[in-house]
Amino acid sequence: MGLTSLPNKTGLPGVVTTTLEEMVNWARTGAMWPLGFGLACCAIEMMSTQASTYDLSRFGMELMRPSPRQADMIIVAGRVTRKMAPVVRRLYDQMPEPKWVLAMGDCASCGGIFNNYATVQGVDEILPVDVYVAGCPPRPEQLIHGILTLHEKVRNEPLSKWFGEPAQSIRVE
Amino acid sequence: MTIAPEMIKWEGTLEDLAHLVSPRALTGETVLLNMGPQHPSTHGVLRLLLELEGETIINTVPDIGYLHTGIEKNMEAKRYEQAITMTDRMDYLAPMSNNLVFCLAIEKLVELDVPERAQVIRVLMAELTRLNSHLVWLGTHAIDVGAMSMLLYCFREREQILELFEIVSGQRMMSTYIRPGGVWRDLPPAFMPALERFLDYFPARVDEYEALLTNNPLWIDRTQGIGIITPEDAIAMGLGGAILRASGVNFDVRKAVPYSGYETYDFNVPLGIHGDTYDRYLVRIQEMRESLKIIRQAADRLKKLKGPFRSDNRKFVPPPRSELGRSMEAVIHHFKLWTEGFKAPKGEVHVMIESPRGVIACYLSGDGSNKPHRVHFRTPSFINIQAIPMVARGHLIGDMVAIIGTMDPVLGDCDR
Amino acid sequence: MQPKRDPVTSLREAFPDAIQEVVEFRGETTVYVTPAALPEVARFLRDGDGLLFNFLVSVVGVDYLPEQPRFAVAYHLYSLLYGHQLRLKVRLNEDEAVPSVTPIWPTANWQEREVYDMFGIPFTGHPDLRRILMPVDWDGHPQRKDYPLGYETVQFSFNFDEIERNKPYAKG
Repeated sequence: MGLTSLPNKTGLPGVVTTTLEEMVNWARTGAMWPLGFGLACCAIEMMSTQASTYDLSRFGMELMRPSPRQADMIIVAGRVTRKMAPVVRRLYDQMPEPKWVLAMGDCASCGGIFNNYATVQGVDEILPVDVYVAGCPPRPEQLIHGILTLHEKVRNEPLSKWFGEPAQSIRVE
Repeated sequence: MTIAPEMIKWEGTLEDLAHLVSPRALTGETVLLNMGPQHPSTHGVLRLLLELEGETIINTVPDIGYLHTGIEKNMEAKRYEQAITMTDRMDYLAPMSNNLVFCLAIEKLVELDVPERAQVIRVLMAELTRLNSHLVWLGTHAIDVGAMSMLLYCFREREQILELFEIVSGQRMMSTYIRPGGVWRDLPPAFMPALERFLDYFPARVDEYEALLTNNPLWIDRTQGIGIITPEDAIAMGLGGAILRASGVNFDVRKAVPYSGYETYDFNVPLGIHGDTYDRYLVRIQEMRESLKIIRQAADRLKKLKGPFRSDNRKFVPPPRSELGRSMEAVIHHFKLWTEGFKAPKGEVHVMIESPRGVIACYLSGDGSNKPHRVHFRTPSFINIQAIPMVARGHLIGDMVAIIGTMDPVLGDCDR
Repeated sequence: MQPKRDPVTSLREAFPDAIQEVVEFRGETTVYVTPAALPEVARFLRDGDGLLFNFLVSVVGVDYLPEQPRFAVAYHLYSLLYGHQLRLKVRLNEDEAVPSVTPIWPTANWQEREVYDMFGIPFTGHPDLRRILMPVDWDGHPQRKDYPLGYETVQFSFNFDEIERNKPYAKG
């Protein structure tokens, strides 16, 4: 997994030498709490992913936090409408950094089949998306794959990425 | 956190709602509490503005539309058979019911007959959908009032139903399996054994849910006497489905206005007495058992019944693949149907069926072209959410989640 | 229980002037009434002996754009006791209003709000006529035929930058 340094090679667990970056990123992926927030059809598949058969807690993600203040990532599960877009953005702004966004399903990724006046054509119009998961709705396995892809991404992030100025809150037009 | 004034504008101002809350709310005597659209127990993106006196709910102002996707307008831009894919995504817990009501409306508009085997498959699928939807209702309703493990049990069984859907249509949820004139394809050979396994397995599971909840003192405390709806109110508010029947009104579209041959099945319509949350729970559990009865009858019929699974009217239904190689006419029909679709006459029809959460009705108006002129769905969640203020008045705020859960709204169904 | 009566003949007897037209299509009866007479007709249909249309299934707005009068509002009625169905329909021009039937069938409240939101048809006497599905500051009424669907073109290489500009947060 993350700690690929000395202990894995020597088999001596007493002393761990690793970089701070690797350590922090390993910890971040170990218990990443998503925001318990469903929009539409994909939210039902997201619930399936957490329920008995697929059991998302295997990946340290069993805790859906009802409050954005306690969440590390947001799974945008479903179509985002023009009325909902400011709400989604405000939820994102309330989350503490570091934070990641996973666009689940076609509607969240690009608008899907709802190419019309009411739907935001992809949640990347309002949020910085890290991982897109295709499917209408994606199967739980696909969502798990998306989450593991996100873990992979987080593990390779430079620690300095979340230093500096916090992202500016924006107003949705 | 300061809120920018333009953000407030999105949600309306208090002056807009002054006629919906008591005057005391404007002076600050009672508390206005915003619930949703992001709230774990609002079953989606429902937003409720609650006026509270202490912990008692005086007024509720629901705010919907956070999932309005323009489905009806978008369907007007699509051909009839393309528009079916849109119906799946309205009530995403009961996609087959939505397919069915839209296909029934199309068939009524163009006067298309459905062979008997297709009718039985449709009934089978509609009842499986009802089980699927009721399982999600039970799991989320129970988790809302504190019975955490129910969600895990219900989703365990739900996966099996989704597997059945996957066998027939290749998709777990958005199946688009029911098409005008019949169904997309015949049941694959793997389906009937899987269905038999499910039918052997599931009744004991319903008993298990009842063992966990029906006599559970906590469950009874949280649900009995909560959200009482009188029969008069239920009819006046246009409620349907289990909510209407839990109030003691015997109205089931499957019995009253039968469609797809429901009149030939033997099943009962469970009725409640008190019209409270507990009765609605009992009625829905009984409905699951009745659905199982219907599924079993349909499965028995399918074993004997051989025949086409869709109509052979080539103007509306594509020919089978095997014909394309030897019949020029079949190729022409196939080409015509997949490039421009069929045309429906000028006129309007209205079909209502029993969806898992109530009466779903489709108004379909044709104008002689290959696209619908106007499609409107009277969706049960829309009507059920409308009744929440009436039901919640006088209850404690902690009971609000039980009331939302028992109304079983699906916001995609409500906002369309 | 009163014997069931045919709604159309009862209506013709009770309101000879208000009934504009009766259309039969696919076994469904549509009765066109004048907007002014709608509340009386509705009350008669709900309470009349042998009629008892106590269940309002749906209220639907329709826009027949090139035709005049442009709009129509259809009310689908069902009688829980007798089990018969009827469609009441009102035709109106662009700036006309319909009397609300919310006092007669409370379930019409939100359905009329939806018709107002989607078509801009005002309902007089409605207790709470606000937008219901669209945001409060939305311009226009989406389901009118002259309202565009709002289609966004698919992103290809030739219009890549144009679409990309709408997605400032997309990460390469």
